[in-house]
Amino acid sequence: MSTIADDLTRLEEIVRRLEAEDLELDAALALFEEGVARLRAARERLTGAELQVQKVLEEAGGDLRVVDLDG
Amino acid sequence: MSSPLQLSILSPENDVWSVTDLVRTARRVIETEFPDIWVRGEIVACKVWPSGHWYFGLRDAGSQVRCCMWKLNAQRAGKPPAEGTEVFVLGRPVIYETKGEFQFVASRVLPTAALGAAQRDLDRIKTALQQDGLFDPARKRPLPTYAAAVAVVTSLAGAAVRDIVTVTRKRWPCARLLVIDTRVQGDGAVDEICRALRLVNRLAVDLCIVGRGGGGKEDLGAFNSEKVCRALAAVRVPTISAVGHETDISLTDLVADVRAATPSAAAEAAWADSRDVARRLGDIGERMANGLAGRTRFASERLGRTGDRLFAALGSMLERRRSRIARLSAQLDALSPLRVLDRGYAVPLGEDGRVLKTRAAFGAGRPFRLRVSDGEVPARVERQ
Repeated sequence: MSTIADDLTRLEEIVRRLEAEDLELDAALALFEEGVARLRAARERLTGAELQVQKVLEEAGGDLRVVDLDG
Repeated sequence: MSSPLQLSILSPENDVWSVTDLVRTARRVIETEFPDIWVRGEIVACKVWPSGHWYFGLRDAGSQVRCCMWKLNAQRAGKPPAEGTEVFVLGRPVIYETKGEFQFVASRVLPTAALGAAQRDLDRIKTALQQDGLFDPARKRPLPTYAAAVAVVTSLAGAAVRDIVTVTRKRWPCARLLVIDTRVQGDGAVDEICRALRLVNRLAVDLCIVGRGGGGKEDLGAFNSEKVCRALAAVRVPTISAVGHETDISLTDLVADVRAATPSAAAEAAWADSRDVARRLGDIGERMANGLAGRTRFASERLGRTGDRLFAALGSMLERRRSRIARLSAQLDALSPLRVLDRGYAVPLGEDGRVLKTRAAFGAGRPFRLRVSDGEVPARVERQ
């Protein structure tokens, strides 16, 4: 799964290439499409998700268990 | 309420204070004026009551004050100090209303000798950690720009978690906080914090906050422990030490990659601000649109140029064709037999329409037709 950091890195790259001079229209359109999709995904990631507060427990056998806490 | 000094000019019956008013006012003044303070003195007659509370006196060359320490703190302090022991006592002055007594309520009692030993201990640990390079600035790792998940090692009973959650919700609402609950002071705190820090290395997190909330009176022991410092240095993700102490710096503050003054400050440092990122995304969107517009303008200009060239090529091709057709049709014209007839020639055609080319083709008395430029003329062979 990509993260916001990945999205931002790729988006900056897309902008740089779109702003460069030597780009064919087809390539520019493909980049733009990818950029729009990434932008939307990043926005959703940023605003769509709820804060998750969880507690980590170590079981007797050494396994980890994660339980939700009320944020 | 008027001041008692004014009594001198008024009749006592008009404006008189009750004892309760007096003590209550004195209490309010005393108890709001004094923060928690350390007092140095000598123990006098420390008695442990069946309730578990301690009652003792504290004196120096000039004065003496009655002190008490409630059961909970007394239990934590262990054995009551012997008569005459020189101690530091942390507490606050109160007035016990029913008796109108001034008292000092202690929360900690620390023999001055023990404090000296504790200081020596701290110095020893500090030197050892320093020699091993744990405070080396070159060791410090930068915090990730966009953390998605953060481990928090602290007590769930303390204020630290609540503060961190509050700041996180504001700055980076899509975050994930993984709390590992540990004691942060008292017996077992050191081992629990060490275990929690080792556990952090098994979690998929971007950084780790270790700390506690609190103020000047908190016990920093665990955060000055050598074991905790070494466990913190072994955490594989960047670390923030957030020991909410007003003045002191703990050793974990020196070992961690970043020191935060409070758990809230740690959360500020841990997360990017989602509003900044939203602005940055907006900016990227705008630049992308402009970039694409630039590309399409460039492409359409190019397309225009290509079209012009195409038309030009087509035009010259048509031109070439046209002249060729004219040439060919002129040639065709020249070859047409009708043009020959124009010049006064005639073509004899037999009854079957065939051209009569020799004398033998003409039969005596047989009719034939003469094709001239504007039509046909019937004819007959008179004699051969």
